[in-house]
Amino acid sequence: MRKEFAEAVIQLAKANDKIVFLTGDLGFMALEGVKDFLGERFINAGVAEQNMATMAASLAYEGFTPIIYSISPFITLRPYEQIRNDICLHNMPVKIVANGGGYGYGIMGGTHHNIEDIGSMRLLPNMKVFVPFTKQDVLSSLQEMMQDASPNYLRLNLASAQENLPSFSQWRKLKAASSKTSRAIIISTGTVTDNLFKLPEYLLNDIEIWLLSQFPVYSIPQELLEKIGAVKNVITMEEHQGQCGLHETLASLLLKNLTTPIKYNTLFASGYPSGRYGSQQWHQEENNLAGKNLETKIEEFLSIKHAV
Amino acid sequence: MLIEKRNSVRDRLIRMYKQANAGHVGCSLSCLDMAVFIKFELMKVADELILSKGHAAALLYSLFAEDGTISAAEIETFYKNGTHLSAHPPVNKIKGIPFATGSLGHGLSIAAGLGLANKLKKTDKKIYCITSDGELNEGSTWEAALFMAHHNLRNVIWFIDRNYLQGFGRTEDTMKMEPLDKKLESFGFNVAIADGHDFDSLRQVTAQYSTDKPTAIICKTIKGKDLKLADTVDCHYLPLTEEDFLKLTTLPG
Repeated sequence: MRKEFAEAVIQLAKANDKIVFLTGDLGFMALEGVKDFLGERFINAGVAEQNMATMAASLAYEGFTPIIYSISPFITLRPYEQIRNDICLHNMPVKIVANGGGYGYGIMGGTHHNIEDIGSMRLLPNMKVFVPFTKQDVLSSLQEMMQDASPNYLRLNLASAQENLPSFSQWRKLKAASSKTSRAIIISTGTVTDNLFKLPEYLLNDIEIWLLSQFPVYSIPQELLEKIGAVKNVITMEEHQGQCGLHETLASLLLKNLTTPIKYNTLFASGYPSGRYGSQQWHQEENNLAGKNLETKIEEFLSIKHAV
Repeated sequence: MLIEKRNSVRDRLIRMYKQANAGHVGCSLSCLDMAVFIKFELMKVADELILSKGHAAALLYSLFAEDGTISAAEIETFYKNGTHLSAHPPVNKIKGIPFATGSLGHGLSIAAGLGLANKLKKTDKKIYCITSDGELNEGSTWEAALFMAHHNLRNVIWFIDRNYLQGFGRTEDTMKMEPLDKKLESFGFNVAIADGHDFDSLRQVTAQYSTDKPTAIICKTIKGKDLKLADTVDCHYLPLTEEDFLKLTTLPG
């Protein structure tokens, strides 16, 4: 999504001379066009994320709309107190853009992954988190972020290639069950959702897929609530820690809104079970978020028994 | 002997990068000579080496493969799915790699902490730390420097890989650092300047540690030394070309 992000920034900056772009010394083969277009409003703030975050708060105070950019852990966890105190407590419209949340940086290793970003960011006051799914979602997210006079966090990753999806919004139904009765509702966030579409047909036919692309979440669509009440089997999926991410926020909402008990299954990133490293796909598979392991888990959650 | 070691370490890491078709080649070549010098001339068995610029991890792996600490079979797994040898040092405690250092600006604090611990334990263990020059942008590096000077941590020897390039530009165009030696001196360091690719130069400056201040050695280096794209940001990211691979694996000693 880096390419789409760079294009979106240029497009928005054409009509908005208040945008100032700050990078934490990253952007090779991605941000050169943004740099050329923005001129003095493009600043390489160096490998100094804490200073960059607080400076962005000051730029916002002076009426600018700063975008600060780096690899996910470096732009969120490194300057966390600066983001909380100077950006969020003061409700400054700083747009925090992270490349590669989750296991997005693959073989680069644990220091470059961020399976705590959504949780850590959504906990902060005034913060809205955007998790785009497709290439088109990047521009839509940024447009919405620019309209929001509050801090935002944008998680960029490899875009899904799914087509003909509903346009960007907090909740989207991506797919209804093809068989007469759904056996489970899957609620997912981020591009890991794409892996569901690679499940064998006999599983895919039985599930309905909903995508959540913005946090915090204060309500669940009526259609989805009714479906959950009827099917009584929910699976959540996220390339993120089990804590503070999708499934915890959803569980509390469902407890408030449902009157009947349901089965509630969760798929999430548990870190580095084997202590080894690999591509993003490899980490997803190790955490039951892709491939055969995902298939097995979905079978289990759908209580599909195989003949021995 | 040191030249043979350097050639062997370089040859291995070049083959690792080629096999993996991975970037960060220039970053490893920049600090190759100083790392070899530290490991094979300065370090005693108990000493520690902290590579703060974790993106040069292949160099670290190749260095530790030299004495078998990392096996040849494990080296073969570099960059492959299921490896311990990720592009930045892993957290799973490979012997000789006490901390994962992929995020810049942590290494000197790690070294300062190890230095303090060994001062408290009254050992004669030394901690060698290599930082990049780009990560001198990070405030935490200077926090560690203040601490080292204040507590006179002479058991930590700080090598700065001064190649004047960082991730998205030249250091002096991003956040001016010069005069770096004066800055470090004003922080309370004994500062030496060496040719980071010349063992004699490194030998000369490390023979004269101060007895009353911690030491920082500014090693003048070339990012991507011997590559066609040497001294450019490109060699930070781009994988090896066939031409460079052949050149680097057949360089005369």
